[in-house]
Amino acid sequence: MEMKVAKKKLGLKERYRVMTRDLGWEPSYHTKEALYPYVGYEGIKIHDWEKWEDPFRLTMDAYWKYQAEKERKFYAIVDAHAQNNGHLNLTDARYLSALKIFLQAISPGEYAAHKGFARAGREFPGVGTQVACQMQAIDEIRHAQTQIHALSNYNKYYDGFHAFSDQRDRIWYTSVPRSFFDDAMSAGPFEFMVAIGFSFEYVLTNLLFVPFMSGAAYNGDMATVTFGFSAQSDEARHMTLGLECIKFLLEQDPANVPIVQAWFDKWFWRGFRVLGLVSTMMDYMLPKRVMSWREAWNMYGIENGTALFNDLARYGIRPPKGWDDAEKAIDHMSHQFMLGLYQWSFGTSFHSWIPSDDEMAWLSKKYPTTFDKYYRPRWDHIKKLAAAGTPYKNYGLPKLCQTCQLPTVFTEPEDPTLICHREVEYKGERYHFCSDGCQHIFENEPEKYIQAWLPMPQIHQDPIRGDLGAWMDWVNLKDGQDNGDYVGSNDQRNFDAWRGLATSNE
Amino acid sequence: MAVAALKEYVGVSRDRVENYHGKQLVYVAWDYHMLFAAPFMFCVEPQMKLGDLVRGPLSALMQPDPDAASIDWSKVEWLKLGKPWTPDFERSIEENGIGHKEQLRFRTPGLNTLRDAA
Repeated sequence: MEMKVAKKKLGLKERYRVMTRDLGWEPSYHTKEALYPYVGYEGIKIHDWEKWEDPFRLTMDAYWKYQAEKERKFYAIVDAHAQNNGHLNLTDARYLSALKIFLQAISPGEYAAHKGFARAGREFPGVGTQVACQMQAIDEIRHAQTQIHALSNYNKYYDGFHAFSDQRDRIWYTSVPRSFFDDAMSAGPFEFMVAIGFSFEYVLTNLLFVPFMSGAAYNGDMATVTFGFSAQSDEARHMTLGLECIKFLLEQDPANVPIVQAWFDKWFWRGFRVLGLVSTMMDYMLPKRVMSWREAWNMYGIENGTALFNDLARYGIRPPKGWDDAEKAIDHMSHQFMLGLYQWSFGTSFHSWIPSDDEMAWLSKKYPTTFDKYYRPRWDHIKKLAAAGTPYKNYGLPKLCQTCQLPTVFTEPEDPTLICHREVEYKGERYHFCSDGCQHIFENEPEKYIQAWLPMPQIHQDPIRGDLGAWMDWVNLKDGQDNGDYVGSNDQRNFDAWRGLATSNE
Repeated sequence: MAVAALKEYVGVSRDRVENYHGKQLVYVAWDYHMLFAAPFMFCVEPQMKLGDLVRGPLSALMQPDPDAASIDWSKVEWLKLGKPWTPDFERSIEENGIGHKEQLRFRTPGLNTLRDAA
C-alpha cells in the first residue's frame, strides 16, 4: 500500500530542534558518567547543558550545502591561479617565506584543532555543544586541506614547501605552535575550549589572520586570499562559539570563575608567544607591508581586548596576567625574533635577509622609540659582515624555553638590552624559561612540561648526536636550497628569471 | 600545583643527563651582547677544562661581535645562578661545579660596543 506523506517543510526553529537537540538521548544501560568520563575532573561545574545557546543555529544539512558551494568557488579560483602562473604576480619572492612558515607551522595547527574539536565534541554531554564542536572539527580539517592545496602550486616552482609535514614534526621553530596545540589537546575538554575556542580563536585570531590574509592581498597572492575569504565565515562562527563557551562556563557556577581565569592567563601567554612568529612576518617578511605589528596590536589587541575584558568583568574575570608584559614586548619582539631567524637561517626551511635601507627607514618610523636605539646598530653591523664576505651565521644552537619552546630571544621587561633568564629546579633537574609568563605556566603543571620535546637539546641526543648534516637530512631540509639568505637563493634567481620572461621580450 | 588528571600523573624529563652519553649541556650568555639572539648551548664532557670551552668553541662563536677581539678573560665578570662567581679555567666543568643545563653568564664592563652604538 502506498503511503501518502505530506511533504511538510520544517520551519527554521523546528528544523534546528530536530537536527540538533533531538539527536540526543538519555542513556539507559550505561551511566552518564561512564559515557562522558572526562567532563568532571577539571573541576568545572555545569548544572544545565540546555542553557547552551547556539548563536548560529546551523544544522548539519545546511552546513554541507553551504561549505560545498564555497569550496567549488575556492577550487575554481585556485585552478585559475595555477593555470595563469599566478605565482608571478607576487610582489617579490621574499613573500614566500611567510607562506612557508604558514604551511609548516600554522596549517598543521588547523589539523590539530580538527582533532581537538572532534574529541571535545565527543566528551561534552550537551547536544548543542556536540554539534557546534563537530562543525568546527570539520571546518578545521577543511582549512588544513584547502591551505595545503592552495600552497601546493608554489611547491612546483619554489624551495622549502616540499616537506612541510616532516618539518611540522621535526624542525625547531614549528615546535612552538605544535607544543601549543599538543598542550591544549592533552588538557581536559573545558580547558581545550578555553585554550583554542576562546583564547586563540577569539582573542588572538585577528592578529594571526590579518598579517597572512591581508598580507596575501597586499602581495598579490590570490591563492591565499581566496582561502582567506573561504575561511572567513567559518572563523566568524568559531569566534562566536568561543565567546559563547566562556560565557556559558562563567554563568553556570561561580566556582568556575577562578579555573577559567587561570586558563585565560595561561593561554593568553602561550598564544602571545606563538604570535612572536607572526610579528616577524608583519614587520620583516612581507615585501609590501600591511601595517606594523605595533599597529596591529593597538587595533586588535588593545582595542578589541579591552572591550572584551570590560564585557567579562561582570563575571569577575580580569585581564590576563601577562597583559602588561605583553605590552612592554610589542616594540621589541619582531626585531628580536628576526635577528634570530637571520643568524640561524642555516636551519630554517625558508629564507631570511638583511632589511634594505628602505625597510630600515620604515622600521624606524614604525618603531620610533626602539628600532634606531637597539636594533639598527645590530643590522648595520650584520650588513658590514656581509659586505666583508663573512656573512653572519650563528652556529651556536640556542637555549630554548621549556614552556613555549622558542629560543630564549626575549629581553627583561625593564631592560631591552639584556636577555631574560629564568630558571626553576624541579625534582633535581634544571628548566629554563624565556619569561615570567612561561615560568608561571610551568610551575602550575611541572609534570606536564618536563616532558617537552625540545628540538635543540634533542639534536645532541640519539640519533643525531650533534651532527648538523644528519639533522638536515632528518628534517628533510636541503642545504643550499631551502635554507639561508634570500640573496643568492634559487627562489630569488628563478622568480626574477620567470617574471622577466613574463614581463619582457627577452 | 599538580596537573588535573583522572589518575596519578607522572612525567619524565626528556633532557636528563643520561641521554647525552657521558656529556652534558651548558648554556653560556654574554650579557648586553645582543648580536647573539639567545644564549649558546654547548654539549661537552664534564671533564673538559673550562678554559678549553671558553677559549675554544665559545670564543669561536663570539667572533662576529666587534668586542670579541678585545676581551681580556681575566677581567670578565661571571654570573652563575645569577650571582657573581669566580671560575677556574684550569679546572674541569665538573670541578667548577657546573651542572647539566647550567646557565653561565658573563659581562665585559666597558666593552659593549653595539649596545652603546645608538
